[in-house]
Amino acid sequence: MNDPVIRVENLSKLYRISHLANQRTVRDAVHHGLRLVWRRLRWNTRLKREEFWALRDLNFEIAKGEVVGIIGRNGAGKSTLLKVLSRITEPTTGRITLRGRVASLLEVGTGFHPELSGRDNIYLNGAIHGLTRAEISRKFDQIVEFAEVSRFLDTPVKRYSSGMYVRLAFAVAAHLEPDILIVDEVLAVGDATFQKKCLGKIKEVSSTEGRTVLFVSHNLSSVRQLCTRSILLDQGRLVFDGPPNAAIAAYTRQDKTKASYRHIAGDGAARITAIRMPNDGGGDAVYPIFGEVRIEIHFEAKPQAGSLEFFLLVYSDDGECLAASFQTDSGARVRADDRRQSVSVTFKNPFAPGRYMVSAGIFDAYRQFHDWVEFAEAFEVVPGFADGRAFDQRLGQVSLSATWSP
Amino acid sequence: MEAHYWRDLWYYRELLGFLAWRDVKVRYQQTFLGTAWAVVQPLTTVVIFWFVFGHLAKMPSSGSSYFIVVMVGQLAWQLFANTLGNTSGSLVGSAQLISKVYFPRLIVPLSTVLVALIDFAVVFVIYVIAAVCTRTMPDARILWLPCFILLALLLALGLGLWLAALTVRFRDFRILVPFLLQIGIFATPVGYQTNYLSTWKEILALNPMTGVIDAFRWSMLGAPDGFAWYSFSFTLVWSAILVSSGIWYFRTTEKTFADDI
Repeated sequence: MNDPVIRVENLSKLYRISHLANQRTVRDAVHHGLRLVWRRLRWNTRLKREEFWALRDLNFEIAKGEVVGIIGRNGAGKSTLLKVLSRITEPTTGRITLRGRVASLLEVGTGFHPELSGRDNIYLNGAIHGLTRAEISRKFDQIVEFAEVSRFLDTPVKRYSSGMYVRLAFAVAAHLEPDILIVDEVLAVGDATFQKKCLGKIKEVSSTEGRTVLFVSHNLSSVRQLCTRSILLDQGRLVFDGPPNAAIAAYTRQDKTKASYRHIAGDGAARITAIRMPNDGGGDAVYPIFGEVRIEIHFEAKPQAGSLEFFLLVYSDDGECLAASFQTDSGARVRADDRRQSVSVTFKNPFAPGRYMVSAGIFDAYRQFHDWVEFAEAFEVVPGFADGRAFDQRLGQVSLSATWSP
Repeated sequence: MEAHYWRDLWYYRELLGFLAWRDVKVRYQQTFLGTAWAVVQPLTTVVIFWFVFGHLAKMPSSGSSYFIVVMVGQLAWQLFANTLGNTSGSLVGSAQLISKVYFPRLIVPLSTVLVALIDFAVVFVIYVIAAVCTRTMPDARILWLPCFILLALLLALGLGLWLAALTVRFRDFRILVPFLLQIGIFATPVGYQTNYLSTWKEILALNPMTGVIDAFRWSMLGAPDGFAWYSFSFTLVWSAILVSSGIWYFRTTEKTFADDI
């Protein structure tokens, strides 16, 4: 293997929360300063500074032509790593060596001006990413063709649909011909067909043109498809670096109980300890449309919690609640004192292909919350039906399990 | 590292023009009156100052029409005020860009200097018309004007770099700029001339813009007392201090812009 294009040594990034959030004006800063002095003199103490390491002691090298997926939970440091690698912010300690030109697409349409036309924005955006006017002119037609916006070139982009916006933004970034392309979770916004096109483009850029791609995604199946290697971050540290399948398996095995569940409501008399969706391989549980989904909710309850009613919510990947099921819709309540530790719920998956998040909770007899955990687990629906037919790109978030008569 | 930065700046030079082009295009696309605004605003100021200082206060003018005296003062002041206003707000105005893309951050305030220069060109056309109408055509000294324009830009840029970087950290500096400019237009000899204010001359010269306006008037209208070296020397010292310290402060804080903005 030749010299690495990216070399990261002992990279750390520290954020000081108090400095960022609380002192937006000079008055606040003076007030803060006086408070520090007062504490020192009066009590000889210091204010506790809230610090956190967004990245901690990262070491890795990436070779030319590799496609590296960076995965990890929210707050694991993925976006910070991309920001540091694209030189937007400086690391607190450590060194980064980059060979060649870097282009980063950390957000859809950064630098687009809503009042300007698509044509103007292509030039502007290219220039922001360091291209010259001549270079942009040379690639202009390719960009327009890829983004499928030729009819709207002279329309201000504020009138574009969000899909067109994303397409144009990605098209510019993909045609920058950088040596290193850095892409954050941006493709999530486009429609399925375009997402596929983007992933194809990323693949093409890396395999045929030999460019290096760094890619953050929550969409594990695209990481699996696309990447030649994957890095798993957890609380700013690198916990796994290797083949995507193994990294994804390590990611889904991460201790998801107590620590990572966000309990957003409830008195705690009964608590959910785990939500499980039995599946064979590593990674998110995967179902076809109309495939049977079985979800186990493990819990612990104090005897005085009384009668429990469980509920289940399914959210789309962007956080919209799509469906609900309450235990009393079709079953009986559970008594807290009967030593049971789990309940299960099954349904035929109605959802269209994509990724979904599961949230569950426990009500008391009066439908007051004992507990509610948000987005605890996720599952994926593959583009196919349980009986083996392929998905036909139909409209609708859900497919009805309906009965047709002639 | 330092050399690397300036090389990057050179590499991104086209972005400078693109950002300025964007600002100008958007402004004239959005406003109904378009270019008219760039004319109406300074012209109104000139008319008011000409009326208040020339007619009501009856300030003496050295030969040339009082209107053109104020016009030249406004020309210099507006260049300074626009440049300062543009640069100081530029970083916060581009917050989204700064937190998502890398490029040498100096590009942002520098591009707004170009925008101020375009506004200057528009007002300059009015000056030319006024000069023709009042028959106060300048002589060969006008050739020095570009140097004085550069000086006004450097002053504004130096101060603007400080304010731009400080605004990232403390938002209240945004309020300071309009306030400063409001005082400045009176503390600077825009509507009056320094050579008739012997007692105040020394104090006014502390204001770096006094030297610039004196120099503008010298090159465009001629000055009976000769070139105002006293105020001009202050301007030179000020601009050297402001530009070098401004760049220094900007460069030291630039690294954390993306985190603080």
